[in-house]
Amino acid sequence: MNKILLLIFSLFISFNLFAQNEIEMADTLRSNGKIFTVVAVCLTILLGLFLYVFMIDRKINKFEKEINKK
Amino acid sequence: MKNYWWKILSFILLVYTIVAGFLLKVPRLPILNETIRNLYFHVCMWMGMMILFSVSVVYSIKYLRNFNYKNDVFAVNFAAVGSLFGILGYLTGFLWVNVTWITDQGQSLASVLKEPKLIGAAIALLIYGAYFVLRGSFNDIDKRARISAVYNIFAFCMLFPSIWIIPRLVGSLHPGAPGSDSGNPALDRKDLDSSMRMVFYPAIIGWTLLGVWIATLKIRLQLLKDKNIIHE
Repeated sequence: MNKILLLIFSLFISFNLFAQNEIEMADTLRSNGKIFTVVAVCLTILLGLFLYVFMIDRKINKFEKEINKK
Repeated sequence: MKNYWWKILSFILLVYTIVAGFLLKVPRLPILNETIRNLYFHVCMWMGMMILFSVSVVYSIKYLRNFNYKNDVFAVNFAAVGSLFGILGYLTGFLWVNVTWITDQGQSLASVLKEPKLIGAAIALLIYGAYFVLRGSFNDIDKRARISAVYNIFAFCMLFPSIWIIPRLVGSLHPGAPGSDSGNPALDRKDLDSSMRMVFYPAIIGWTLLGVWIATLKIRLQLLKDKNIIHE
C-alpha cells in the first residue's frame, strides 16, 4: 500500500515538473535583440574563414595550371 | 560551376546553421537550457569526423587494391582533417561539460572524467594519432603507404566501437545510455525535436563539406609537390 501511495505521489511530482515551464533560457538576449549581434559576429567569422579558404583554393588552382603547362 | 557547387552549398548551409541555429526555437530542457544549440556545432564536429574517416578508409582500401599513390594521399589528408574535427569536437565538449554536467548536475570533475564516451573518443583519436606517427616513421614511400593503409583500416574498425558501442553498453552521460529515456537523438528521428532536426542535418552536411574542401586543398597541394613521383 505504501509503495502504491509513493508511486502515485511521485507521479504527481513528475506532473508538476511537466506543468511548470520555468526552465531558464536566454529569453532576454532574444527579446532585446542582442542575439542578432552574436549571429552577426559568427557570420563575419564564417565569411572570413570561407574567404580565406577560397583564396587558398584559387592560389592552388593557379599553381596547378602553371605546373601542368610545363 | 560543375566542380565547385558543393563549396557554395557548404557556405550556404553553414550560414543557415548559424542563423537558424541561434534564432530558431529549441526545446526547453533542464540542465541543457540554451546550450542545447551546441548540437549544431559540437555534435556536427563528431559527425563530420566520422564521415571524413570513412572516406579516408575507403581510399586506403582503394590503395591496397591498385597501389596507386594518389589514393594514399587522399587517405592521409582525409584522416588529417577528420582528426582536426575530432580535436575540435573534444575541445568544444570540454566547454559544454563545464556548464552542464559539472555545474548544473553537480558532478565532480573526477566523475565526469570517468565518462566512457570521453575515454572512448580519446582512445579513437589516439589511435588515429598513431596513424600519423606510423606514417612519419617510414622513409620508403611504398612501404609507408602500404602499412599505413592497413593500419588505417584497423583504426577505422576501432573507431565505432570506442565512440558509440562501448559508451552505450556501459552507460554514459551522453544521450543514448542504457536505462535512460534519452533514446538515440543523433540518429533516431523520434528522439530529436523536429525543429532541431531542421538545422541539425543541414549543419552536418555543411560542416562535412567544409572539411572535405580543406582536405581537397591539402590533397591538391601534396599532389603538386609529389608530381615527379606520380606516374600517370
